[in-house]
Amino acid sequence: MTDAIMNSKPDTAEIRRPSPGGERLKKRYAAERRFRLYGLCSILAAGLMLVFLVGSIVGTGWSAFLQTYVKLSITFDAEYLDPAGTGDPAQLQNADYGGLMKKNLRDNFPEVTGRSDKRKLYNFVSPNAGYVLRDMVIADPALVGKTLDLWVKASDDIDMLTKGYVDRTEAEDNRRVSNAELAWYDKLDNADRVETRFNTDFFVNADSREPEEAGILGAVTGSLLTLLITLLLSFPVGVMAAIYLEEFAPKNRWTDLIEVNINNLAAVPSIVFGLLGLAMFLNFFGFPRSAPLVGGMVLALMTLPTIIIAARSALKAVPPSIREAALGLGASPLQVVTHHVLPLAMPGILTGTIIGMAQALGETAPLLMIGMIAFIVDIPGGFTDPATVLPVQIYLWADSPERAFVERTSAAIMVLLAFLIFMNFVAVLLRRKFERRW
Amino acid sequence: MSKTSGSSASGTTPKMKGDKVKVFYGEKQALQDVDLEIKPNEVTALIGPSGCGKSTFLRCLNRMNDVIDICRVEGKITLDNEDIYSSDLDPVQLRARVGMVFQKPNPFPKSIYDNIAYGPRIHGTASSKAEIDEIVETSLTKAGLWEEVKDRLMEPGTGLSGGQQQRLCIARAIAVNPEVILMDEPCSALDPIATAKIEELIDELRENFTIVIVTHSMQQAARVSQRTAFFHLGELVEVGDTEQIFTNPTDSRTQGYITGRFG
Repeated sequence: MTDAIMNSKPDTAEIRRPSPGGERLKKRYAAERRFRLYGLCSILAAGLMLVFLVGSIVGTGWSAFLQTYVKLSITFDAEYLDPAGTGDPAQLQNADYGGLMKKNLRDNFPEVTGRSDKRKLYNFVSPNAGYVLRDMVIADPALVGKTLDLWVKASDDIDMLTKGYVDRTEAEDNRRVSNAELAWYDKLDNADRVETRFNTDFFVNADSREPEEAGILGAVTGSLLTLLITLLLSFPVGVMAAIYLEEFAPKNRWTDLIEVNINNLAAVPSIVFGLLGLAMFLNFFGFPRSAPLVGGMVLALMTLPTIIIAARSALKAVPPSIREAALGLGASPLQVVTHHVLPLAMPGILTGTIIGMAQALGETAPLLMIGMIAFIVDIPGGFTDPATVLPVQIYLWADSPERAFVERTSAAIMVLLAFLIFMNFVAVLLRRKFERRW
Repeated sequence: MSKTSGSSASGTTPKMKGDKVKVFYGEKQALQDVDLEIKPNEVTALIGPSGCGKSTFLRCLNRMNDVIDICRVEGKITLDNEDIYSSDLDPVQLRARVGMVFQKPNPFPKSIYDNIAYGPRIHGTASSKAEIDEIVETSLTKAGLWEEVKDRLMEPGTGLSGGQQQRLCIARAIAVNPEVILMDEPCSALDPIATAKIEELIDELRENFTIVIVTHSMQQAARVSQRTAFFHLGELVEVGDTEQIFTNPTDSRTQGYITGRFG
């Protein structure tokens, strides 16, 4: 190291000619190299963080896209389904499928005798397995009385066992899965009766108390409905406010005051908007609680300053010479804006809007205030139905004690990130399209 | 270039007339009592050192100063004996009659065709595609640009060279068929060859339009104008036939400026 410096010194002095600036020049280059190194380091650090973040989320969450099924021999016992043999659909609809499932489990594991062991056995498959049987019977009443080998969804604990999240070396008391359950599982596994499949239910179900039944679609629908309201309210209002302030409003103390306030609003913590929404939309106007309508309105309030600020700077960036050219031709001020300034500012406005929308998509706090944290098991069908949104769903699942919700939390984060990436992609496409036209 | 027309036109009624025009930017007075007649089918050059108010006066003629909040205009400016600052006259209508070409070429970021067609479209002077096509062709021909761009009318106007862009802006102004065209240093951003072309064009346009041009180049004023007005420190010092101003100015300040002693 020191050798290298010693050797390079006379060398560089010769090339650069001996002058008082030579040493300083070397220092300047060194400073520049150092600066570049700092920059490179910070980018690497940021990149590593990102890789770590995405890696940990994907690493935890990918298994949520798989679900364990066990193959059981199921007898559609007529005694449970249709003891009178009427074949009446109403009877088939209301039959005791839970009991049927339990009986089949007992039949599949005849060695289980104790009461508590039996109760454990009933928890071996998803509590919803009975409803699956019901749907099968209603679709095909001829099944009554037959015996079939069926793949039945396993419960969350068994699912965790398959995915390797249960440590068999732990003491039994510290395990969610008892030795008896391990034995049943191994028996099925050895007979090739355990299988993991793609977890379609995660994408088509709404939330559930049972991790293996819980899905993301309810939250996704809620988020989309909420964002639609937000976009419909904040985009036109924000763009018009920006156009008025930038192009038409006189520059005086009042418009200065408005400008300062808009900038301040952009920095207001989002939960304050939630409180405002609670006080105004719910308590004063009496809008429905937990509804995408109100959620969208609250998020629109939150997004407005972002859109106004972005739109104003996009309008400011349009060269004044374009306005003069149009005015000089006899265009009215409105024509100047709609024909020339607005189309030129559109890419910037759209970028700002999408940033605002992405912010709104990830927002949790204000929605908690208006009741969107409720546990909703139905997929919302409209703007006034109770709903939840993706970030709130993530929050709810992260708060759940079941081990299986851990991977679902990460999976939901992946879905949220996918939506954000998709939105940014759309923003880029829209910008490209508008820029090509001009 | 004919210098004789200057004196022959002196008897005709003015196209535009400024009467005791005062302009204030906030508290600061930029123009003091300017009385100036613009004669029809002539090129009137406004010359003077920077900040003397010549551009300010030019922008009063089509009320472009209205856009500036703090700007206030007093006095009277008439177009064909009609007060352009009266409340009966809409500034938008006025600007259709008094067109403008700016210092820096500022074509719209649209096609060459759309640049020319914009004015006729918003004023409704042409409705059918054929009519607009014709206006585009005649305007570009008058601006001496048709031969250069006729094969690429749908290409963006911003892709042309500086001189071509400025001629495009002139064609765009002509397309509305104004009575007066105001030019605010139209050649200051152009090279000598492009400047020569524009000057030639200005001379041709004089047949159909009244032109007022602000210029920093005294040679340009001498080459293209029939009448010249010399502004200094917000005052109109002297106005007269270009030949007289450049050969025999009455005011010592004019003499000082044109001989290059200040400015």
